[in-house]
Amino acid sequence: MTYIAKPKIDLPGQRSNKLGLLRRDYEGVLSTLCAGCGHDSITAAIVEAFWELSIPPEKVIKLSGIGCSSKTPAYFLSGAHGFNSVHGRMPSVATGALAGNRDLICIGVSGDGDSLSIGFGQFGHAVRRNINMLYIIENNGVYGLTKGQFSASADKGSRAKKGEINQWKNIDSVSTAISMGGSFVARSFSGDRDQLVTLIKAGVMHPGCAVIDVVSPCVTFNNHPGSTKSYTYTRHHYHQASQTDFVPPASEITASYAAGESKVVELHDGSKLILKKADSGYNPTNRSGVLRYLEQQRTRGEVVTGLLFINALLPEMHRIYGTANTPMKDLDFDKLNPGGKALAKLQGLMR
Amino acid sequence: MSENRVNDFVLKIGTVNGTGSASANGLLMKALFRMGIPVTGKNMFPSNIQGLPTWYEVRANHNGYMSRSGRVDVMVAMNAQTYKQDMDEVSTGGFLVYDSTWPRERELSRKDITVLGVPLAKLCNEQFSDARVRILMKNIAYVGVLAALLDIDHSVLQTLLEETFASKPRLVDSNLQAIDLGFHYAKENFVCPLPVRAETMGDNSKHILIDGNSAAGLGCVYAGATVGAWYPITPSTSLMDGFKRYCKMFRVDENSREKNYCIVQAEDELAAAGIVLGANWVGARAFTPTSGPGISLMSEFIGFAYYAEIPSVFFDVQRVGPSTGMPTRTQQCDIMLCAYASHGDTRHPVLLPANPKECFEMAVSAFDLTERLQTPVFVLSDLDIGMNDWMIPELEWDDNYRPDRGKVLNVDEIEGLEKFYRYLDSDGDGIAARTVPGEHPKGAYFVRGSGHNKLGAYTEKSEEYKEVVDRLLVKWETARALVPEPVLKPAQKHTGIGIIAYGSSDGAVLEALDQLEASGVYANYMRVLAFPFNGEVKGFIGDHETVFVVEQNRDAQLRSLLILETNTDAAKLIPILHYDGMPIPSSCVVEGLFAHLRPEAVA
Repeated sequence: MTYIAKPKIDLPGQRSNKLGLLRRDYEGVLSTLCAGCGHDSITAAIVEAFWELSIPPEKVIKLSGIGCSSKTPAYFLSGAHGFNSVHGRMPSVATGALAGNRDLICIGVSGDGDSLSIGFGQFGHAVRRNINMLYIIENNGVYGLTKGQFSASADKGSRAKKGEINQWKNIDSVSTAISMGGSFVARSFSGDRDQLVTLIKAGVMHPGCAVIDVVSPCVTFNNHPGSTKSYTYTRHHYHQASQTDFVPPASEITASYAAGESKVVELHDGSKLILKKADSGYNPTNRSGVLRYLEQQRTRGEVVTGLLFINALLPEMHRIYGTANTPMKDLDFDKLNPGGKALAKLQGLMR
Repeated sequence: MSENRVNDFVLKIGTVNGTGSASANGLLMKALFRMGIPVTGKNMFPSNIQGLPTWYEVRANHNGYMSRSGRVDVMVAMNAQTYKQDMDEVSTGGFLVYDSTWPRERELSRKDITVLGVPLAKLCNEQFSDARVRILMKNIAYVGVLAALLDIDHSVLQTLLEETFASKPRLVDSNLQAIDLGFHYAKENFVCPLPVRAETMGDNSKHILIDGNSAAGLGCVYAGATVGAWYPITPSTSLMDGFKRYCKMFRVDENSREKNYCIVQAEDELAAAGIVLGANWVGARAFTPTSGPGISLMSEFIGFAYYAEIPSVFFDVQRVGPSTGMPTRTQQCDIMLCAYASHGDTRHPVLLPANPKECFEMAVSAFDLTERLQTPVFVLSDLDIGMNDWMIPELEWDDNYRPDRGKVLNVDEIEGLEKFYRYLDSDGDGIAARTVPGEHPKGAYFVRGSGHNKLGAYTEKSEEYKEVVDRLLVKWETARALVPEPVLKPAQKHTGIGIIAYGSSDGAVLEALDQLEASGVYANYMRVLAFPFNGEVKGFIGDHETVFVVEQNRDAQLRSLLILETNTDAAKLIPILHYDGMPIPSSCVVEGLFAHLRPEAVA
């Protein structure tokens, strides 16, 4: 990873968002990933989503672990504070950051190795605590930086570039997150930008841990015939279970969904998610139904995408703890320190 | 044959854990304390919930000696499983009290001690009907026996019970009945008091009884720490319990009931460390209490915090290693681990409290140091300090204290900058200014454990890498100047003998110095309070022909650190080591010195 500053180019006809910022204000340094890497499309979708939501970049923290995916926070939101932590431990740093300042908007970018192997525990516990973050897993089924070993998300029977066949059943981040008690779980594909941008926007606004698993083919080590995480395979087995629209609080709902086809989920700030059922009968709020559906599709080899599960009512970490609304880091010292008199009084009980 | 030992005795009680003896032992401790006698209590407990042997050792000493002495004057053997062992431990001329409901006259016979049988179970069974109450009251009954034997003030016991059970007066009565059962039996059957006894002495009103973990937790509250992350591990658990207890007292908003603290019980120690780093990164004061195994697990993050320069406070309440070791026994075995924790070139400031008072004070300074230095800071306590009951001078607080947040740029300062570079040292102390997230777009930077240059950008360039790690050495020298200096206790006479120790070995050394002086051996004593070593440490070693390094581990870790860091002559540093898991007694120091100074006499 070399550091290459990205030239800021003024393009004619660029639109500003509500903050008067251009898309380029949401970009980062130039990506040094392989040409055609799915991760770069995800980066572009993040830029688009944050720009559209008019989020002040300095209110955002972007964190990652180790791996190709974890390099990407450098490639978006250069005005946000970044934290490239140790392998598999991004969730704990995010937990601490949000514990210290609950007002920050937190995006964590991880990979299948980072979240489903070395950091499987931390992934599960971030979901379980429902910390208020967007958790993106850039899932390519392979270890790219160490040149092509299978990861825990590689499907059984998938073939590696060097010919080896994977013998192990894959860990599915989506069904794992749902069974861990997740409140927002989605899957997308780096090649489906429209869906991804909408899901990212919905995930950012969701008041809890929003997990988006994004199938993101590795063009160098996992994009050959026999791979189940290649562009070709994913496009052929791509199946949208639900279609999502995100409506910010101030906007009217104008999307023209026929009654009975769509489901509206209201978030804490008044914004709405409109879920259109691509499959008849699909209900993303029914946990057991979703898990059953996912299992059926998995046995068919289908990559099911969309917002697959949501429960916007699950309380996030601070609500459960009953923490002060003022971020911990902003609390006045006088409020934190009981003072000399209180100490003297307390010690009266220690004799 | 028994000598008079007024206000100078060790009382040891052997029971079965899970039978509720802790409150009886606490009652005894407090009674002696209220009589104005300096007193300490040490708990020797198993890693178990119920059914295994456990001991509580109370030392009363008019000189104020706080360490173990190596003797037992009165043993209360309540656990038939350990009768033999308990009897063997009694010092010549001492006394053994046991439950003679089931007489053991043949078994419990030693010519040089006095065995006193009290039918505690029988007395309690006659008095109380409920099975659980009978077990609990047996413990209170031995307090009554000891009150008679040791001449402990009955009215003090009564007051203590009334205070303890203020909300349940019925319990005061039943406890008093139990005390009287033991008290009267002893009065009627033995010559009371014994030559070993208590006598109302001075005034302890300027002292308190507290354990180090509670004191450290309280220190975190006073330091303004808001985020605590932890994974339960003996013997550090009670530190977070303490923090929580005091937060509930002082940090809950009266009207809204909002909590001005956030405690996260993490999934493991790795996550606890990550949470601490994340919280400090965004500008909250955050800490984690743990023990040796936790530090092993946290080490990757500790190196990250060192290199990325993130404040973080780690309390290591040491227990016996290696591996799981003996979780409920004490040692000073992690100083080397903490000093250099993590891979690559890493080194960390370590504070070394010797008692609960210093746990409180050093908890506060640890947060100031970590924010000033932007590096992990350790507070290295141990089970003996952390979990045992110590009598210490009252804690003091200066209301003018304000936290030292170090070089944190505020919004105006960032605004005034043309561009912010995270790792630029502008004034030569090796510390660069930092910003916190969420405040200003110009303050944004990337925290990374990978190679970075002084501007904060990723680098793989040799010179740029070296520039940063060399600056960290400049910072290390700043740390050396900021950490507390050693405490020197000079001998009454000029001497070529020096002693160096730290932490919970202090009490044993202080008592040993008096004993040595009585035999005409003088030694200057230096207690180190922190790593890196500063002040006179190197000079102290240079000034003496022989320096004994007293510590509680097998491998003489402090001695090794001294050799490494002061480049001193290894031959003059003589280790005195105690590492069986029990707190070091003063006798170990005296014997260790004599073994070296007068080998012929010892042999």
